[in-house]
Amino acid sequence: MSETITIRVLRYDPDKDAEPRFEDFIVPYRDEWVVLDALAYIKEALDPSLAYRGSCHMAVCGSCGMMINRQPKLACHSFIRDYRGQLVTVEPLDHFPIERDLIVDQDDFIEKLTSLYPYLVTEHDKPLSEGPNLQSPAELAAFRPFTQCINCLLCYAACPQVAINEAFVGPAALAIAHRYNKDSRDSGEELRSEVTDSHHGVWDCTFVGACSEVCPKNVDPAAAIQRTKISASFRWLKERLLPGGTS
Amino acid sequence: MDVIVTDIAIVGAGGAGLRAAIEVAEQDPSLKIALISKVFPMRSHTVAAEGGAAGVVKPNDSFDLHFDDTVSGGDWLCDQDAVDLFVRAAPEELTRMEHWGCPWSRDADGRVAVRAFGGMKTERTWYAADKSGFHMLHTLFQTSLKYPSITRYDEFYSTELLVEEKRCTGLVAIELRSGKLVAFRAKAVILATGGAGRVFPFTTNGAIKTGDGMAMAYRAGVPLKDMEFVQYHPTGLPGTGILITEGARGEGGLLTNRDGYRYLQDYGLGPPDPWPRNKAMELGPRDRLSQAFWHEQQKGRTVETPFGDAVNLDIRHLGEKKIDERLPMVRELAISYVGIDPVHAPIPVRPVVHYTMGGIDTDINAATPLPGLFAAGECACVSINGANRLGSNSLAEILVFGARAGRGAVAFAKANPHGSERGAQAKAEAAQAKIRALFLNDGSESAPALRRTMNETMESGVGIFRTEESLKQSCAVLADLRNRFAQVRLEDRSNVFNTDLVQVLELGAMLDVAQTMAEAALTRTESRGSHQRLDYPKRNDEAFLSHSIASFSAADRPAIGSRAVVITRSRPGERIYGGGGS
Ligand SMILES: Cc1cc2nc3c(=O)[nH]c(=O)nc-3n(C[C@H](O)[C@H](O)[C@H](O)COP(=O)(O)OP(=O)(O)OC[C@H]3O[C@@H](n4cnc5c(N)ncnc54)[C@H](O)[C@@H]3O)c2cc1C
Ligand code: SF4
Ligand code: FES
Repeated sequence: MSETITIRVLRYDPDKDAEPRFEDFIVPYRDEWVVLDALAYIKEALDPSLAYRGSCHMAVCGSCGMMINRQPKLACHSFIRDYRGQLVTVEPLDHFPIERDLIVDQDDFIEKLTSLYPYLVTEHDKPLSEGPNLQSPAELAAFRPFTQCINCLLCYAACPQVAINEAFVGPAALAIAHRYNKDSRDSGEELRSEVTDSHHGVWDCTFVGACSEVCPKNVDPAAAIQRTKISASFRWLKERLLPGGTS
Repeated sequence: MDVIVTDIAIVGAGGAGLRAAIEVAEQDPSLKIALISKVFPMRSHTVAAEGGAAGVVKPNDSFDLHFDDTVSGGDWLCDQDAVDLFVRAAPEELTRMEHWGCPWSRDADGRVAVRAFGGMKTERTWYAADKSGFHMLHTLFQTSLKYPSITRYDEFYSTELLVEEKRCTGLVAIELRSGKLVAFRAKAVILATGGAGRVFPFTTNGAIKTGDGMAMAYRAGVPLKDMEFVQYHPTGLPGTGILITEGARGEGGLLTNRDGYRYLQDYGLGPPDPWPRNKAMELGPRDRLSQAFWHEQQKGRTVETPFGDAVNLDIRHLGEKKIDERLPMVRELAISYVGIDPVHAPIPVRPVVHYTMGGIDTDINAATPLPGLFAAGECACVSINGANRLGSNSLAEILVFGARAGRGAVAFAKANPHGSERGAQAKAEAAQAKIRALFLNDGSESAPALRRTMNETMESGVGIFRTEESLKQSCAVLADLRNRFAQVRLEDRSNVFNTDLVQVLELGAMLDVAQTMAEAALTRTESRGSHQRLDYPKRNDEAFLSHSIASFSAADRPAIGSRAVVITRSRPGERIYGGGGS
């Protein structure tokens, strides 16, 4: 028989199961396969009831985040060849409620993101007739890394604060807020600071840096949070100590 | 069953759907919008677009030039009134994206940068590195969060339209999280469900591109137009079909065969200048490039790989710095998925199904023939793409026609009341009964097996080159699959996130769509753009300067009719590329 590999999948169907359980599937070993291909194989050939998310197969839609051998990973970017000879254990992303099998509830993230005014805030609407804003390549470079977030939520699964504190806005949402704050066309930092500077904003972060380690797009949310902390401190000082402040 | 009453329902939250939603919200904040999508908006396949979006900005460019490139690129099958409107509106829409924060790449002076693209005479493609669609989608999604009148229904799978007295009055969808069926009653509905590349086995399209909206409209009596036109992109990675953007060639990438020879010069695309010449060689149109690959393959001059024949895309001469700056994703993808670093070695590529030019029949206002129903984006056929879409026109199209669909829906919703509650209820119950039947009946046909057969017959019979024999064969197989689909077996009987059910319903949609492609291709006994018949190798304007119109019929195949193309000022001519074109 040709080479195989065992995929151990966490299964949970709230209609049927009292609690999650593991199930093993033996699939062919293929050098070029990613874990998402193995799951598709399982669904097609072994168990059509397996539930998971995935679409683009090119690490850009952010659908397929899951725990693979306890690491938060994109299933479409995790090659079976890197697990050759091992048992591959696949579980839903940590720190999110499971809906079914590998599918977790992500609504909370979208609510947190929405609370941060994640769009360009400008003082005036610029008429279209004035054409595009000017923005130098250096100005673009200042925020560009933070535009790369695919909302895969691996960073939430890696973050020890998210684990113990539901209210924490979390790495990706803060990175996206920072992306707009650093955009030369934006003037919404003040508005966002209501949330970013609040208790469940940046100050919940204890700077473990796990988010940046697992990020498949090198967004470096930890750096975004650090820099927001610095700006938040300045805002705080300005309000209290500088001439014209509130006290 | 739950009933949700809204003013405007939009199915699809990719670029077209989000743009439409924002337009409605801006036009009239008092209108309630239901934005329904089978995946979270940012997972929509617009996210995968790499190269960029076309819109005239340079002083040396003009609307006329963009018009000419588009019309000749489409082999004169585009409606010219639509193209005129499109090229004029595109720069405005792209500027609006800039005002909304889209991180377009910039020139040193801070202006938005533009790059060359296949079939375009001058540089007019706006880009955000090589993640243009990704940035557009996230910009649109994040901007949409600003508008309180937009209510999102994420992960709702829409199954059919509500039609009452020849008017579209809403739709039915399954809430995936609970399995509950929900009826949306709306005064106007916009379909923005994207393309259908998944009817083919080897495609750049994500798993969600299954033509659902096309099938919903078609079953509701709205025709599908020009479905035989399916674009192959010349440069996909063997095996996965992952796209290597045309931007790679826009930046100067070269295509060579097994002998290191730039073979495109043998197919009327030369001269092989060492620098990129617009509309020539590697920057020729996609249909020609994909067809040239096929000929090279026949001559045995392609490179063998474990995943089929390929040619080489060489960008080494650009150097590491430029590759990282302009084409970071190309490098990332090539390293990950074929183990090749394009800084040091050429990337193996082959043609791959990429885009459906055809789609739901709409006029230039994005209105379908069914009152109250609008369509925009890849699921629609206006038609600006004709027989062959030019790369970077569709990211502009989803904005231009998404916005127009939004405006059309606003006007319609203001002028018309809701349909009757009883009508909606009855239709929705019938829809529910159909799904329940899947749960209760023990069908005998395996969905994956039907899907594989469909994929195989589309590739073998309805691929880059077609013949009467191959098409007849595929049409027969598809008609048979349709009948067998009535006995399809649902394996998973759970309510929560039943992705088996979703895949079965998607397969049903794909079978409808595949049939319209094959039947329309059989009827068109000429070669035009992406539709190439080995038995009718010439374009025949006398008989076929017309759109094909596929209508649902009670028989086991669609009825194929036709409609004249709108010609305003460009008479069909020779498509000239290469040195002769400039
Ligand atoms: C890899 C790749 C690269 C590309 N690069 C370029 C490029 O550089 N330039 C360019 O101009 N074009 C490019 N294209 C083409 C372009 O990206 C697409 O044509 C365009 O993004 C389609 O947008 P859309 O909004 O119509 O559909 P999509 O973005 O596909 O969105 C469809 C939406 O419909 C929803 N939906 C579908 N069915 C249902 C249902 N049954 N119920 C509920 N919701 C449903 C989905 O959830 C999704 O939200 C590329 C395409 C691909 C595949
Ligand atoms: S910051 Fe990185 S890990 Fe977190 S969601 Fe974004 S892309 Fe994913
Ligand atoms: S499937 Fe899109 S990120 Fe993995």
